Amino acid sequence: MVGIINYGAGNIFSIYSAIKICGCTPFLIENSKDIKKAGIIVIPGVGAFDDGMNFLIKTGIGEVIKTEIKRGKFFLGICLGLQLLFQKSEEGNLNGLGIFDGIVKKFSFSDISIKVPHMGWNKVKQEKKNILFSNIPDNSYFYFAHSYYADVNRKEIIYGITKHHIEFPSIVIENNIVGVQFHPEKSGKYGLQFLKNFFLTSLK
Amino acid sequence: MSSVRIIPCLDIREGKVVKGVHFENIREAGDPVENAKFYCEENADEIVFLDINATIEGRKTTLDVVKKVAEVVFIPLTVGGGISCVKDIEELLKSGADKISINTAAVKNPSLVSEAVKKFGSQCIVVAIDAKKVTKDSWEVYIESGKTPTGIDVKEWAKKVEELGAGEILLTSIDRDGTNRGYDIELTRKVSENVKIPVIASGGAGNLQHLVDVVKKGKASAVLLASLLHFRKYSILEIKKYLAQNGIEVR
Repeated sequence: MVGIINYGAGNIFSIYSAIKICGCTPFLIENSKDIKKAGIIVIPGVGAFDDGMNFLIKTGIGEVIKTEIKRGKFFLGICLGLQLLFQKSEEGNLNGLGIFDGIVKKFSFSDISIKVPHMGWNKVKQEKKNILFSNIPDNSYFYFAHSYYADVNRKEIIYGITKHHIEFPSIVIENNIVGVQFHPEKSGKYGLQFLKNFFLTSLK
Repeated sequence: MSSVRIIPCLDIREGKVVKGVHFENIREAGDPVENAKFYCEENADEIVFLDINATIEGRKTTLDVVKKVAEVVFIPLTVGGGISCVKDIEELLKSGADKISINTAAVKNPSLVSEAVKKFGSQCIVVAIDAKKVTKDSWEVYIESGKTPTGIDVKEWAKKVEELGAGEILLTSIDRDGTNRGYDIELTRKVSENVKIPVIASGGAGNLQHLVDVVKKGKASAVLLASLLHFRKYSILEIKKYLAQNGIEVR
């Protein structure tokens, strides 16, 4: 069972459908008890940083996630879901989950032709080998839609890098914790392949 | 930089794909789910659905269409047409839309844009602007399917839309729409050079060079295509090949 954290705002239908297509059983996590039922936890990328953190604090889901991750439960954070793993964000005032060291920063370019949000398909350079890259060629395109990116302190957790004027980490991995800045559920066949690889690894 | 996106636009009415010329004389062009699957397999970068229903029943049909498409097509889906409140947006997002395009309601009630952005994020909200040329260097915003002039200047409105927090602008030239005479390059460039958010160019594509021009000269981040694709004049693969040959990055 793959549990999707449901903030109650935005589109979780796509990630729900994508999980089904990958052959897994999705369900929605509405409260901290639901998390125990999940073999794998997914935080989809929806809304603003403080709204996401508020939900995680109010429901107690945030604390349970931290405990479950420490116990080795597999976790995938997508877009905002990746950003929430870090300590702070320039988008909000609340602290993040603080599982990874680093700060989430806003893209800020003086050149008006460098568009923000970073919206569309861009290449992910595979920094290191990982089982999650099985059957995905290096520099494949994935779909991005974001204005903030994680400035990661410990470079060893960076597995994918993408360039939008500056280079930023698009995939971070540490043991059972995976964060992606792109939307695998919206990234066509390679996106689905990435999700399949993640679920297969998690179920081993 | 992300690659230039090729976005098929499917006008939906009563569950069917149609496309208007000059926003009138609607012709039928097939089943939405089949169209969406076909374009996805052809490597479309996103799909836009414009709901041109007038009735509540028609609106429900559109929600079903989006749901059916979102179950089988894993690229971004944008839905626009007749969206007037946060609840409309919420329903569409729940049905599998990734982005919502707002046009008339954004002009009549700009706070809808900022509210929606606050709730769902910038990346989720597209403001569609229908523009008609007034003088050599100015364009007027039209609403209600291009029927009603507003007296608002397009460049100023685009700036305002950016301030309201919209993540993208879908810019349609009413003068060029359905004509196959090429995009309004000047319009696209003037808007794109005036805002930080991406601009999707729409209206007038008739051949492959038109697409190259609106990207290179018009500075568009993406192009919206309807009749050119629906009537199979070009495939998306052919389009991308041509753009790549002209030095434009495509997926």
